Amino acid sequence: MAKQIEVSDLDAYYGSHKAIEGITMTIEPRSVTAFIGPSGCGKSTFLRTLNRMHEVIPGARVEGKILLEDQDLYGSDIDPVSVRRTVGMVFQRPNPFPTMSIFDNVAAGLRLNGRVTKSETQGIVESSLKDANLWNEVKDRLNKPGAGLSGGQQQRLCIARAIAVNPSVLLMDEPCSALDPISTLAIEDLISKLKNDYTIVIVTHNMQQAARVSDRTAFFNLAGQGQPGKLVEMDDTSKIFTNPTQKATEDYITGRFG
Amino acid sequence: MVTPLRTREGGPATGRPAFRRSRGEGPFRFATTGAGILLLAIMAAIAVFLIVKAVPALQANTSHFLTEKIWTPNSTKPVFGIAALAFGTVISSFLALIMALPVAIGVALFISHYAPRRLAGVLGYVIDLLAAVPSVVYGLWGVIFLIPFMKGPSTFLNTYFGWIPLFAGDAVYGKSILTGSIVLGIMILPIIAAISREVFLQAPTSLEEASLALGATRWEMIRMSVLPFGRPGVISAAMLGLGRAMGETIAVALIFPATFDITFKVLSANGNSIAANIANGFGEATPIGQGALIASGLVLFVITLVVNTAARLIIARRKEYSRAAA
Repeated sequence: MAKQIEVSDLDAYYGSHKAIEGITMTIEPRSVTAFIGPSGCGKSTFLRTLNRMHEVIPGARVEGKILLEDQDLYGSDIDPVSVRRTVGMVFQRPNPFPTMSIFDNVAAGLRLNGRVTKSETQGIVESSLKDANLWNEVKDRLNKPGAGLSGGQQQRLCIARAIAVNPSVLLMDEPCSALDPISTLAIEDLISKLKNDYTIVIVTHNMQQAARVSDRTAFFNLAGQGQPGKLVEMDDTSKIFTNPTQKATEDYITGRFG
Repeated sequence: MVTPLRTREGGPATGRPAFRRSRGEGPFRFATTGAGILLLAIMAAIAVFLIVKAVPALQANTSHFLTEKIWTPNSTKPVFGIAALAFGTVISSFLALIMALPVAIGVALFISHYAPRRLAGVLGYVIDLLAAVPSVVYGLWGVIFLIPFMKGPSTFLNTYFGWIPLFAGDAVYGKSILTGSIVLGIMILPIIAAISREVFLQAPTSLEEASLALGATRWEMIRMSVLPFGRPGVISAAMLGLGRAMGETIAVALIFPATFDITFKVLSANGNSIAANIANGFGEATPIGQGALIASGLVLFVITLVVNTAARLIIARRKEYSRAAA
């Protein structure tokens, strides 16, 4: 079930370096929210705070509050492992498990939870691969290694793997930046389809992509080298790309800097 | 008609010399080729020497070399065979590996994925240091401390686990195959741990994050991402350790009971190994006796070769999967 995310006054640090500062936003369920902005502005860092992957890096920490519906993700009684089961993630480079078959890759997350029978697993793997628009291409070779697929297929395999555990939110960190235009198109079609069931957040460097797939767009920027990244403005995608409120946003989307 | 340019696979064309040879190319090529040939020549010379020395002894042998257990090559009617020695080498080395491998993997994982960075550095250094301790030191420690100490645990194993053939027997001794295996295990632990640690540290972050993002705990992440990635490396490390255990001489020469029996009863005062037998017997050996020991050394070489080949086959079997894209 898709859930709403409410972020208030969030800071994230790497050691003593403050990477993002004072982020407040609401991410609506059953929609696609895109994060755009120049390199180093903290949009990927912010994305990783949404499923507590940020703190995996030694010395990294977060201050502030993120509510998933009514649940505080950084509450003292919350296990980061359970957060990551609810908030799935797809990475920049396709990263299927190289030692596993296509089937096992999709089933990997299910097996972590432990309580699934063989036939249930079979059903979920098939439906996840279908949802990821990959089933027809791999149904005859489910036992072949996932690393043998093309880059675009691997990325869809990673999406199937992420949605197999039935998350509420799907985070995508530049999911198409390592792919060719045709594979990119396949992923974008998939995103439009998946937003009916999930809350989707996507980081992208490609502004056409943000314009094509997202409902809401957030523009991040940083004042200068070594300064923390900040949220400049967030609005409906059509508004951001036609009539942004902030000058910095307009400069960025018209290509005047960044 | 165009002749296709022939190239080495993946490399620059070498079919034709470069149109301007830089200075030093000739001597450098000569030096590297010479070094390669010299190495092969030395290997061949050693092999020829060993075989020439071993053949007369093998011809003088009045028993079958591969199946005979007794080792009396110095008598006027030489009787000797490799069976008991080879068996002792294999069983003591495998016991050592079975004991050392889980501990080594645990140590390696702790250093690479659990310990705080400072502690990991210190621990890694200590492990490297342990690997550098001369084997005679381990042997002396085994003789002075472990042999008397093992009397108690051996009796315990024999009393309560005597139903396992390994621990069966009527009498137990401190000076046994098991004690030797423990020393061997401790000796090969650092090298297995050190190599495994290196391999585990190279596990790609992208794979670790992939499993964490699915909601894996740290142990689950290690099982999904780190161990499968490190498997070939750990197998290589184990084989290196096994090879070292098989070839280990001084430590086991001091500890093994030096009898010529084939028995699985590792607590009894029976057992020996090829290397230990060479160390113990070479000093007072007649020319035939020396030849016999050299022949046993050749057998040891063959055993390690077989073990290494087996390890390579294990690694190659899953090659399709180990071609990591990430």
